[in-house]
Amino acid sequence: MSLAVIAFENVSKRYGGAAPVLDGVSLEVREREFLAIVGPSGSGKTTLLRLVNRLIDPTEGAVRVEGDDVQSIDAVTLRRRIGYVFQGVGLFPHMTVAENIAITPKLLGWDDARMTARVDTLLDVVRLDRQKYRDRFPTQLSGGEGQRVGVARAIAAEPRIVLMDEPFGALDPLTRDALGEDYRRLHDELGLTSVMITHDMLEALLLADRIAVIRNGRIVAEGTPHALMNGEQDDYVRDLMATPRRQAERLKKLSAP
Amino acid sequence: MSPQLTEAFARLPAYLGGHVAVSVTALLLGLTISLPLALIATRRPALRNVLLAVASVVQTIPSLALLALFYPLLLGLAVLCERLFGAGFSALGFLPSVLALTLYSMLPVLRNTITGLNGVDSAIKEAALGVGMTRRQSLTMVELPLALPVIMAGIRTAAIWVIGAATLSTPIGQTSLGNYIFTGLQTQNWVFVLFGCAAAAAFALAVDQLLALMEVGLSRRKRAWVTAGGLGLLLLTIGALVPTLSHPRATYAIGAKPFTEQYVLAALIEQRLREAGLTATTREGLGSSVIFNALRAGEIDAYVDYSGTIWTNQMHRTDVKPRADVITEMGAWLEREHNIKLLGGLGFENAYALAMPKSRAEALGIRTLADLAGRAQRLSIVGDYEFFGRPEWDAVRKTYGISFREQRQMQSEFMYAAAAHGEVDVIAGYTSDGRIAQFDLMVLDDPRHAIPPYDAALLISPQRINDEALLAALKPLVDAIDVTMMRGANLRASGGDNTSPREAARWLWNEIQRKR
Repeated sequence: MSLAVIAFENVSKRYGGAAPVLDGVSLEVREREFLAIVGPSGSGKTTLLRLVNRLIDPTEGAVRVEGDDVQSIDAVTLRRRIGYVFQGVGLFPHMTVAENIAITPKLLGWDDARMTARVDTLLDVVRLDRQKYRDRFPTQLSGGEGQRVGVARAIAAEPRIVLMDEPFGALDPLTRDALGEDYRRLHDELGLTSVMITHDMLEALLLADRIAVIRNGRIVAEGTPHALMNGEQDDYVRDLMATPRRQAERLKKLSAP
Repeated sequence: MSPQLTEAFARLPAYLGGHVAVSVTALLLGLTISLPLALIATRRPALRNVLLAVASVVQTIPSLALLALFYPLLLGLAVLCERLFGAGFSALGFLPSVLALTLYSMLPVLRNTITGLNGVDSAIKEAALGVGMTRRQSLTMVELPLALPVIMAGIRTAAIWVIGAATLSTPIGQTSLGNYIFTGLQTQNWVFVLFGCAAAAAFALAVDQLLALMEVGLSRRKRAWVTAGGLGLLLLTIGALVPTLSHPRATYAIGAKPFTEQYVLAALIEQRLREAGLTATTREGLGSSVIFNALRAGEIDAYVDYSGTIWTNQMHRTDVKPRADVITEMGAWLEREHNIKLLGGLGFENAYALAMPKSRAEALGIRTLADLAGRAQRLSIVGDYEFFGRPEWDAVRKTYGISFREQRQMQSEFMYAAAAHGEVDVIAGYTSDGRIAQFDLMVLDDPRHAIPPYDAALLISPQRINDEALLAALKPLVDAIDVTMMRGANLRASGGDNTSPREAARWLWNEIQRKR
């Protein structure tokens, strides 16, 4: 088994006296793995993701990134070495596409030539025309284009880890599918370790190497897409798998000779 | 061009210079305080609420009152400073105006900066942290640029408020475009009033548009626009200040209270000094207590006050004595208490007096205050903003047992016409006002001497009591003006026949020489 790049060790997160958002979660993400975390809204999945780059600190337990407890790493330094794709894009509206992409390199003090070259490379990587897009502002982009820029920004400073918070949720199905496929290709080519949050089980099944299902702050199922499709589960996971299964059955019938 | 307009333009460099100096200083000071304060408050809700509450309360104080309040406050501080360190500072004019206007500029900047920063989408702020910005980088690279339009709107509002309110710094001794308005209102010179309003509005608009240019430049990141806007503001400021700064500073400052007779007398004194080869300026529109303190502190060198005013306001006397005795006692008191020199009476009285249209008085059979007492219950009276709060009014009421059906306050310039047109029955006017004759009013006798004498008297500041050149130049004015001459000059300066106080003063000097 390869090294756990991200490890949650019995992590809980509680706000005041209310019921915990996360309740004793233990989970590992291995090197070059693409993990999807699936769960309904309020299940604690975004909290789980934010613990990794210290946008939130845990109440109990520890989070390790590449072996180190994140509490021992300066939050700003940590964030600069982890890519993050935000829910609903999160581009800076007063900066051009090029400036948005180059923001983390700029914070890291790269020189201008290196940043310009990097922006051009990344526009190619996310399949946006260099000339046409680099000086546009976020308001001049479609949803899909915006999220392509979001992905480019996340990987600009050459991180080994990318976190994605429902990255494709707000897009139309066609764009969403294309972007998902493109990201998976990038993940493989660049040798990234990716964690994606989604509430869409089908998306998780099609893109991820492994899926963790979270509900009420606990991991209720964990496994490869194949294992989840075929194994025995509790009621909630069975419900969650019902739709993709039915869709698969229908498609199989349709494509049968 | 009309002579009034010519004179208005001639005064523009001095007035605009004073206006720009005080408003630009206040704005810059206000911004250096408000902006950092707002940044600190943005992350501290408790401080934010306190700041906004205080700034809002300040805003509800009328700007004129705020300006007026700073004068006694600073005067107290200046006296304290003098005692503690042996060196005081000028509590008149520039300093109180700047402080009051600074306070006034703070609310829009504070409120808009805080609102603007709080209004930045929290998802964007989280993204800023997520890409690896520190709090400070998030503020400078993301939050401030995004809040910029709202912050600039606040700065522009503050600029317009301050430039507008700076016209009100005239009564506490700061030369500003308000000098046109206050002088114009008193002398019924509407050209001056309009000119002052238009000049203040034009200056405010120019500043607003240049700030707008900078704002657009900042948000579209056109450095040339920002530079052009900033340069424009700088040039405007320097351009307005250079004429006043390069002008040789006058040696003597002559004070004037905010009414026509004072403008004429200040102009007369200034002309006498120039004639004697001395340079002088006038500081017009100073309030009654402001002007006395200014003389005491040597911020003005000479002005004309009235014996009754000093008698009641400064000496706190309630007894009434004959004219000559009052002058003598007052002179001794001024010298003893304040080292102020009473050069002498000018020869006329400008006392408060109750007056009514002659025909009406005759019809009702009223000639004296005693006659009036029997009829007053069915009559209305109007006075200036001071009169009903003064001891004279108490004395008149107690001595004659007078009570009116209605009493109102009014800008003194409009009282006479109001009485002549029957809108009011009795006015508390001034004996030397030319409009008493103009509107055919009758001054009611005061047989029991309830109202103290109000001899016009020339006062010299402590630092000038041995200034022979000054004293020699002003000596010819002592006992030289009778009440008819003064009424004539006042009528000329306030009659709306295009005669400025300066021209009226020249006419008065001719009369003085003719009579001699």
